[in-house]
Amino acid sequence: MSDQLCISGGTLIDPASGTSGPRDLLIGDGHIAAVTEPNRGSGKGAAIDARGCWVVPGLIDMHVHLREPGYEYKETVETGTRAAVAGGFTALACMANTNPVNDNAAVTEYIRERAELAKLARVYPIGAVSKALRGEELAEIGEMHRAGIVAVSDDGMPIMNGGLMRRALEYSAMFGLAVIVHEQDACIAADGVMHEGAVSLRLGLKGIPAAAEEAMIARDIALLARTGGRLHIAHLSTAGAVDLVRDAKARGLAVSAEVTPHHFTLTDAAVDGYNTNAKMNPPLRTQQDVDAVRQGLLDGTIEVIATDHAPHHRDEKDVEFDHAANGIVGLETALPLALRMADEIRLPVERLVGAMSTNPARILGVPGGRLAVGDVADVTIVDPARQWMVDAARFQSKSRNTPFGGMAVRGQAVVTIVGGHVVWRADDVTANAAARPA
Amino acid sequence: MATNERVVMDAQAIERALMRVTHEILERNKGTTNVALVGIRSRGVYIAQRLCNKIHAIEGVEVPTGIIDITLYRDDLSRSRQQPAIKGTDIDFGMDDKRIVLVDDVLFTGRTIRAALDALMDFGRPRDVQLFVLVDRGHRELPIRADYVGKNLPTAVNESVEVRLVESDGCDEVVIARAEER
Amino acid sequence: MSFSHRHLLGLENLSRDELTFLLDTAASFKEISERDIKKVPTLRGKTVVSLFYEASTRTRTSFEIAAKRMSADFISLSSSTSSATKGETLLDTARNLAAMRPDAIILRHSASGAPHFLAARIDCPIVNAGDGSHEHPTQALLDLLTIRERKGRLEGLTVAIVGDILHSRVARSNIFALRTLGATVRLIGPPTLLPPELKAWGETTSDLHEGVRDADVIMMLRLQLERQGKNFFPTVDEYSRYFCLTQRAVAGASPEVIILHPGPMNRGVEIASDVADGPDSVIMGQVTNGIAVRMAVLFLLVNRAKVHSSSEAEAPVAETRPPAARLRRRAG
Repeated sequence: MSDQLCISGGTLIDPASGTSGPRDLLIGDGHIAAVTEPNRGSGKGAAIDARGCWVVPGLIDMHVHLREPGYEYKETVETGTRAAVAGGFTALACMANTNPVNDNAAVTEYIRERAELAKLARVYPIGAVSKALRGEELAEIGEMHRAGIVAVSDDGMPIMNGGLMRRALEYSAMFGLAVIVHEQDACIAADGVMHEGAVSLRLGLKGIPAAAEEAMIARDIALLARTGGRLHIAHLSTAGAVDLVRDAKARGLAVSAEVTPHHFTLTDAAVDGYNTNAKMNPPLRTQQDVDAVRQGLLDGTIEVIATDHAPHHRDEKDVEFDHAANGIVGLETALPLALRMADEIRLPVERLVGAMSTNPARILGVPGGRLAVGDVADVTIVDPARQWMVDAARFQSKSRNTPFGGMAVRGQAVVTIVGGHVVWRADDVTANAAARPA
Repeated sequence: MATNERVVMDAQAIERALMRVTHEILERNKGTTNVALVGIRSRGVYIAQRLCNKIHAIEGVEVPTGIIDITLYRDDLSRSRQQPAIKGTDIDFGMDDKRIVLVDDVLFTGRTIRAALDALMDFGRPRDVQLFVLVDRGHRELPIRADYVGKNLPTAVNESVEVRLVESDGCDEVVIARAEER
Repeated sequence: MSFSHRHLLGLENLSRDELTFLLDTAASFKEISERDIKKVPTLRGKTVVSLFYEASTRTRTSFEIAAKRMSADFISLSSSTSSATKGETLLDTARNLAAMRPDAIILRHSASGAPHFLAARIDCPIVNAGDGSHEHPTQALLDLLTIRERKGRLEGLTVAIVGDILHSRVARSNIFALRTLGATVRLIGPPTLLPPELKAWGETTSDLHEGVRDADVIMMLRLQLERQGKNFFPTVDEYSRYFCLTQRAVAGASPEVIILHPGPMNRGVEIASDVADGPDSVIMGQVTNGIAVRMAVLFLLVNRAKVHSSSEAEAPVAETRPPAARLRRRAG
């Protein structure tokens, strides 16, 4: 077996195979060769000391903006995938709102090539639902499927045309692709720049009411019931939205939802002082909404944590609030924020791994999300106790737009392994390539 | 009174000085025609009011009495450590051709009077401006002199002179103290 | 009691004492405008720059007169003359200005938070002359001063504010300050312009006559005609029918009611002519007070800036014999 790797001393947390305890992992040829009791390793190949750490299936972020092609000054496939592995992600799905839009096979292939050159995290492109994201005509979903997209989405833009949304759900079912939706009724949201509530009233900023999200989710759930297909709701943010999804699931509809770390961590109070790093779409909401999405994670209504990593250049954020671009980077802060949240709501670690690896793999239909024998060797080694400080200046991402700068956090991916290759080591991890376990 | 303070004028001395100055003002100006008093905030205002009352008692005439706040004319605004409170100026008579008697409690560097003169000029063109101070303690930094003085008090630069009046401090006295023991 | 902020960005975070101090200081500046020579030398040699990204003649002129009565030099930049038309960002414009070392920048901008944005980035006192829908502190201060003059106090008054509260920075600044000073606020307008969260600040109603009943003060807001077409109200005529302050509506208020309007007025739209020109109207008094307020604000900000900036300015003085006055203060 080539490229043998032995990860020993760690706690394997793999909900998909029902394993949660001390195990050693043996990797060869880019796949899991064996999962054994501790210290039963073959002794061959490189060793990674994972004592005190969790060993989990590689984290998968199914909502990332890589910005390439077209916006390379904010991020490229290379810098984005480096940010991903630094954050513990072995794979990511990237949205189509590039320039040109990924609404055809050529752009899909281009993105995959760039990812292969970078040799860091796996990149699964998400194709556009509509041509040029204009929300009028279906894009060539079949062509893009052949080129390797794993879902379709007009993310960045809401699909205002209900008729198109209906056809998209029907047509994408032919390829088994989920339609990932950015739910924000543009007419209700109008020119709002933050959540419509007491804070927006005080700050004199135009608001986006929760109803803008909920109205569209209600519409799309009704369409889903009629059409079949699979609906995945991106960046869920309101209590009402969680209720709608919970209800739809109870009725047996094929709907899933994701939530971002910022939506389960921050409220609209973060905008105080006109902080543009608290400006994103959908906006940060109230404490009730934060509590509701956390509850949604706890009861399984929300199955996925995805960052909506949205890099922006300083010139686009360092302006008046009204004019600032929407979004924040998230790949390098997701894990500690998720760990903290899980701690606070007592979400079992297995469920957390499910939300950040197993479920995204399942929804996108991609390898990973499990560490059974034969599975692809995408592994994240997490030190849950490691304390560090978020320092945007040291991000691997090209962009620095985060509201979490200076925050003291706990929990970090210390080793990230893709296809059996170590693609990332945090600085002072005890990874010993040559020594053999005693 | 703190132990290092020395009273240099008691209530009676102040009263006598004010009486004398009242007569001097009337003598020099040959009565009250066109005479007006302007007190510099804060204690100058009370002294001016007392002079006004005394003049009225002697001549039966109430001379116009105004108040001037020189805060906006000070030359040391940007050096002052705290923000001065402005209480406002109130001069409800015409300044032109008046014989103004400017009234203040202590004359020291002369900068306050310089500021007061600037302020007065913004109100018009008086015929002349005379100065009465209750205490002249020397150490002038500008060529300013008083026309009427209650008491000449030679002081050291590091001493402080404080005028206390019933209207603001509950008693009438002038005290001198060495600054560091305050 | 004093005002110790470097900027005047809004009234929301000012304490009762600070607001009172501002009003007292403004009141003491009024008499300067009544003199023959309407000038004091206090800000002589200081440069005040006004940077207006929104058109405004009255506010800008009011600031200009205030600055000049304090003997400051006043430079006026508007968005059409500034480099904004050449695509320069607000930040770059402000940085360029700041490099010319003005003693204060007066900013009016259509984006809420623009003055806060600048205050965090440039080293110069900033006066907010209106930012988007957020605050217009000097307008509210002059409104408060006017009310206080006529009523003798602010605490315990019932103040009815009528109009487009949702978009009004004048309303917000007034609401923040009135509440801090103990007044009760009533907010009146069509439901489209009265978001539900307003209830935390005061009673809301869409019935004008009910809303002004027994009010001590009625503050009319200007209806921005460009709001039509966004479905906040169908037509100006219809808005007027329900929200124009007529003599009949005023009759239900307190017999000593006073009526304010920040101007410019849309006569017949939000306020009837006979009310605007009537005995209860204090609108002209507002304008006079505007200058006193702005003089006070410039005085407090520019003066403080010098006092609290780095002490290079103090060094030369220390080399000469320190005047007695300073010694006395130091030892005391």
